[in-house]
Amino acid sequence: MKIHVRYFASLREALGAGEAVELADGGTLGALREQLIASSPRHAEALARTRALRCALAQVMADESTQVTEGAEVAFFPPVTGG
Amino acid sequence: MARVSIQAADFDLTAEVAALRADDPAVGAVTSFIGTVRDRHPGAGAGSSQAVPGAVQAMELEHYPGMTESAIESMIDAALQRFDIRAARVVHRIGRLAPGDQIVLVAVSSAHRGASFQACEFLMDYLKTQAPFWKKESTPEGARWVDARVADDDALRRWGIGASNV
Repeated sequence: MKIHVRYFASLREALGAGEAVELADGGTLGALREQLIASSPRHAEALARTRALRCALAQVMADESTQVTEGAEVAFFPPVTGG
Repeated sequence: MARVSIQAADFDLTAEVAALRADDPAVGAVTSFIGTVRDRHPGAGAGSSQAVPGAVQAMELEHYPGMTESAIESMIDAALQRFDIRAARVVHRIGRLAPGDQIVLVAVSSAHRGASFQACEFLMDYLKTQAPFWKKESTPEGARWVDARVADDDALRRWGIGASNV
């Protein structure tokens, strides 16, 4: 299935604003992260498991066990620091 | 009026509070919080709070358009359910800010003071750890993304919300 991944803050600086990705049906956000890590050294560095990252599905905070749905907007970003 | 505004422009506390309580004679209390840009950041290293005056020259605030607004709308819904309040308003600035600038306003109206004091703090604790904003500081040593704080997760946990950020 086709999904759209967006990046913010330090991840946006490392990987750009976003990209279209093909993910196996039924894949979770965690599986997507693994797939992205494997896609290039830049991704491996920015999305490394040693980094605390957060993710969102359809603009709602989610965790890596969340299943991605066809056509969904997914986002990865560092912990938030507003306020 | 809108409950949530994400904007580059500054805001005016007096005007915001006047709008919040306009046409609601049941309001007997308004609590507001304003967060401002500091010219210093905590030193690195656990437990250190050494802050160097003048170390932060500017701050750039990034957000996730659409998600930021809807996340804060949901937080206001939660506050309205949890506390006996009349209305709430959140304004958060984005873009480049200088030390001393206002960053965020939370204002809450209620019949009696207790509910608006509590709801105001609840909304700030929620926003700090669950609304998608990111701060980047410009310092003499270069620009750096601000680290999230564990203390902010702890503050949210006081309200029985276990979602963590760090």
